[in-house]
Amino acid sequence: MTTPNVPAQPAGTQPAGSAASARSAATAQRPMVEIRELHKEFGSLHVLKGVDLTVTRGSVTVILGPSGSGKSTLLRCINELEDITGGSVVVDGELMGYRRDDGGTVHRLHPKVIAKQRERIGMVFQRFHLFPHMTALENVMEAPVQVRGLSKAAARTRALELLDRVGLSDRVDHYPAQLSGGQQQRVAIARALAMDPELMLFDEPTSALDPELVGEVLAVMKDLARDGMTMIVVTHEIGFAREVADHVVFMDEGVIVEEGGPQQVLDAPREQRTKDFLAHVL
Amino acid sequence: MSDPQSHRDPVPNRIHARPVPRPGRIISAIVVLVLAAMAINGLVTNTNFRWDIVWTYLRDVLVFRGIGWTLLLTAGSMLVAIVLAVTLAVMRRSDNPVMRWVSWVYIWFFRGTPIYTQLVFWGLLAVLYPRLSLGVPFGPEFFSFSTKDVISAFWLALIGLSLNEAAYLAEIVRAGLNSVDTGQTEAAKALGMKDSKILRRIVLPQAMRVIVPPTGNETISMLKTTSLVVAVPFTMDLYYTTNAMGNRLFLPVPFLVIAAIWYLVITSILMVGQHYLEQYYGRGFSTSPGGGRLGRKRRRPNKQDLIKASGTTTDPFSEVTP
Ligand SMILES: Nc1ncnc2c1ncn2[C@@H]1O[C@H](COP(=O)(O)OP(=O)(O)OP(=O)(O)O)[C@@H](O)[C@H]1O
Ligand SMILES: [Mg+2]
Repeated sequence: MTTPNVPAQPAGTQPAGSAASARSAATAQRPMVEIRELHKEFGSLHVLKGVDLTVTRGSVTVILGPSGSGKSTLLRCINELEDITGGSVVVDGELMGYRRDDGGTVHRLHPKVIAKQRERIGMVFQRFHLFPHMTALENVMEAPVQVRGLSKAAARTRALELLDRVGLSDRVDHYPAQLSGGQQQRVAIARALAMDPELMLFDEPTSALDPELVGEVLAVMKDLARDGMTMIVVTHEIGFAREVADHVVFMDEGVIVEEGGPQQVLDAPREQRTKDFLAHVL
Repeated sequence: MSDPQSHRDPVPNRIHARPVPRPGRIISAIVVLVLAAMAINGLVTNTNFRWDIVWTYLRDVLVFRGIGWTLLLTAGSMLVAIVLAVTLAVMRRSDNPVMRWVSWVYIWFFRGTPIYTQLVFWGLLAVLYPRLSLGVPFGPEFFSFSTKDVISAFWLALIGLSLNEAAYLAEIVRAGLNSVDTGQTEAAKALGMKDSKILRRIVLPQAMRVIVPPTGNETISMLKTTSLVVAVPFTMDLYYTTNAMGNRLFLPVPFLVIAAIWYLVITSILMVGQHYLEQYYGRGFSTSPGGGRLGRKRRRPNKQDLIKASGTTTDPFSEVTP
């Protein structure tokens, strides 16, 4: 990781031969996430059975699949919330969680190094997981101050900007319990954005919301996608996938069954399992 | 109320119903009042209590000195115990099996033996180990000192009380830490926070909501456990002092009453403190807007907030439909 704060840009928008040198161009072409032969077991339960996935910089990848197919587990393996059992996860050129020495031996990284790796990956959870003892503003300020060592004043200015961006400038002093589900999820998105992530992971961000609140959260996510954020989104919102996704992945029983552009996977699926699933959710 | 508008009832057909009669309440109130009056009468008119002596010695300088030492022992041993207990609880949850085991054995030992016995042993420290020294284990000593010259009875009492208390508090802290949703830890991890930060900033503050009430209970219990420090022997606390005064004057009863009164007063003050602590750590957990008086930067929502909350808001993202 040499350039932690390169603003994520949609692939191909990098002006060729600009002042941004060859290295920067190479960075822009390098995929944001490369997952190879990923396996994950929980004890004797084999949950991920060899997942390969490439996510290009600035793209939006939507993961679909029935319950229990391993979608959450896949996301959690990307930011090391789960130790992987086999294979590799590379984010922006950096192997996650492990180090391979010259002799080819694999070493587990120290928890502090793993914490450092997680800084550039934002995550949004189905059940928000806001810190209930802090106001919306304090939630957003927490990581920049505690992890980055930003001054309170600077973190506050940035947090206010972010809360404004997700449309909550009039709710900054509210505690999570005083906010609606949709508002809580928008605070959670602002909290993740406060660390200037290069990659955002969303695990069913709207599944815990009342139907009338889903739209406000999806709107924030669309706004982020327009700005060129690299996003991996697990969702059952097919409308969102159709409108925003660059890449759609259908998972079942721990493997990727089918992937491609939204038209291809959603409108003309090749696999029977995909067809059955889409018939259910649509 | 000069505005006549405000007198108009917005509910045109407001119900003014008579409440359901509750004779049980009145009867029980009368019974309790009579019993209380009998009890007070029995206390006040009974000359064996020697209220004159109680009143004279209630504010005696020796009694105040006893209160001082008792408070110092209570506060000091609770402080040491809390620090130790958090350490033990964290060790108990650690990945390191040695740490888990040490914590388990500590709790097993100190909960498993009577506090009185422990205090007697602390009192015997100078007899059992006349000299204490600092040096390399099984190797050379750097310096050593005479135990009874360096560690006074007060410190022995404080050590004895706090080591015992830590074992109980450790279990309370552990229950508190376990009560915090694992999602909180995961959210903090996902933000790149280190384990020590997560404990200090995210998990402990939320665990406090569970930890504070039983810890208040333990503090009150500790206040009275200090009366056992005579086992060391430490002889300046409130209980020993009043007891000794009573024996000297051949009037034990009024001095027991004095001790009871002061223990009650201190307990009442502690209960008030506990109430405010509970409110502070409960901030963010009540859904009522403006709840949690001690919450920092708390602001009551104004009318505008309420209008917005009611749904007719200008929130830019709430107008978008999926
Ligand atoms: N910590 C864990 N320990 C044991 N088994 C687990 C654990 N986490 C997940 N699993 C199992 O792994 C499988 C995949 O779970 P996962 O949460 O990834 O599914 P999912 O596709 O996200 O499903 P959903 O749509 O219901 O969220 C399930 O069978 C689940 O029971
Ligand atoms: Mg899931």
